[in-house]
Amino acid sequence: MAKKYDAGVKEYRDLYWTPDYVPLDTDLLACFKVTPQEGVPREECAAAVAAESSTGTWSTVWSELLTDMEFYKGRSYRIEDVPGDKEAFYAFIAYPIDLFEEGSIVNVLTSLVGNVFGFKALKHLRLEDIRFPIAFIKTCLGPPSGIQVERDKLNKYGRPLLGATIKPKLGLSAKNYGRAVYECLRGGLDLTKDDENVNSQPFMRWQNRFEFVGEAVLKAQAETGEVKGHYLNVTANTPEDMYERAEFAKEIGQPIIMHDFLTGGFTANSGLAKWCRKNGMLLHIHRAMHAVIDRHPKHGIHFRVLAKCLRLSGGDHLHTGTVVGKLEGDRASTLGFVDQLRESFVPEDRRRGIFFDQDWGSMPGVFAVASGGIHVWHMPALVNIFGDDSVLQFGGGTQGHPWGNAAGAAANRVALEACVKARNEGRELEREARDILEGAARHSPELAIAMETWKEIKFEFETVDKLDVV
Amino acid sequence: MNSNTVTGDYRTKQTLETFSFLPPLTQEEVYDQINYMLSLGLTPAIEHEDPAQAVSSYWTMWKLPFFGEQDLGPVVAELEACHRTYPDHHVRLIGYDSYTQSQGVCFVVYRGKAW
Repeated sequence: MAKKYDAGVKEYRDLYWTPDYVPLDTDLLACFKVTPQEGVPREECAAAVAAESSTGTWSTVWSELLTDMEFYKGRSYRIEDVPGDKEAFYAFIAYPIDLFEEGSIVNVLTSLVGNVFGFKALKHLRLEDIRFPIAFIKTCLGPPSGIQVERDKLNKYGRPLLGATIKPKLGLSAKNYGRAVYECLRGGLDLTKDDENVNSQPFMRWQNRFEFVGEAVLKAQAETGEVKGHYLNVTANTPEDMYERAEFAKEIGQPIIMHDFLTGGFTANSGLAKWCRKNGMLLHIHRAMHAVIDRHPKHGIHFRVLAKCLRLSGGDHLHTGTVVGKLEGDRASTLGFVDQLRESFVPEDRRRGIFFDQDWGSMPGVFAVASGGIHVWHMPALVNIFGDDSVLQFGGGTQGHPWGNAAGAAANRVALEACVKARNEGRELEREARDILEGAARHSPELAIAMETWKEIKFEFETVDKLDVV
Repeated sequence: MNSNTVTGDYRTKQTLETFSFLPPLTQEEVYDQINYMLSLGLTPAIEHEDPAQAVSSYWTMWKLPFFGEQDLGPVVAELEACHRTYPDHHVRLIGYDSYTQSQGVCFVVYRGKAW
């Protein structure tokens, strides 16, 4: 039956608060933590979020009647208390799949975290989680290679990969920088990394860096008999520059490149991932700017959402924090989004901040990268927390070794293998950490001196963004 | 440990991936690793190669993977038989994971004589 046009302003909840709605398997579901302005009812707020992130606007418009909004509108279908917080609440919203372009993470984010975050009736708004329907996931490219293919290419099995970010991160010439890479790789690291802010500055232009690093990688590979790589950062100011650098990395026989997915943007990231798939290159993803977006417990986007979006946009590695190092990261919450990167099904688990069952289907997995202020004493905990499908990166913890990078790399490699061996033997890594490391150090002077160097360093601060659990 | 490492002169070593930075595993330690692999439900497989040609993805297979094998004994017997037959070769043990379609475990058990 035809509706009549009734100009004016309606309450959002008349159309967008639908507590009886049963979400469809094809709906994209979102959970927002909403902190309303005083006096605004919860249902109205939740409905406003649903409306403003989908079809609605502040006024009714006549052209709405040319379509059937039932097919397109987002619906707020549930409200829940946030444990321990009187002010905020969770709003669950279902979006019909046809609101989004196939395979476009950019389109999903533009809708879900667009205007609505500046909405005046809200004091704060945080996107806690998204359930992507499998129908949408199947339209995304995902990781160019994924965990298994990368293992096969690198010929490394049954253990985490070992890496380091080259330091000092800024100011080295290309040839000196390549030296630091060579030393790390010949000593026993699998991978080294450009720091995120290394692009193509006056002190080291990208092409010079790529050439010297390329030589270092190939030489270390020939001498050790193991496959090596260095994440060549192709993040650039324009897509054209980015692709030019990627092409050159491939030309000189390098296996892996790197991109910063938040500062570079999702369009650049998805494009580069597609290029990597086509050209057989691995793709390491850095996350500069993430803490601006994800650290405040009441506003922004939780990193688990950004991690899910990255898996869909495409990347073979993603930084996840270390739990134990110098950067923020709650253990349960970190394990929650690490699962989202690697598993093919992740069940709802509020204790780990997971609000929905998530079916990833056949989407390849992404290596979790732990990097930032970690050293050999952290190794047992890191192996325990992150498991085999991770890259453990010791920057200062390799290059700060009193005998230099190669010895530092060997120390880390010995510690890593000793931990993996002990775990496989059924030993409890974190409880027996000292015993395991001291045992390994008896055969490795490099490890012994590394343990002596870093024995007092700890990073013990309270986590700012804690999970809201009962 | 030689005096060079003590003074910090780190020499580049040819290494063989997982566990190659540890002292050679003892028999007991190898058994522990095999038991671990079996407990994960991985399929044991053995490969060997002349050290001079051991750089590619593919080494020569020693028989077929031991599908369905759940006991330590037969795996150890096959490893020893392979090593007896090819004493100059590297011999590695693999644990195939049919779920990930990859290898869950892979390490060299016997290093070639001249290597």
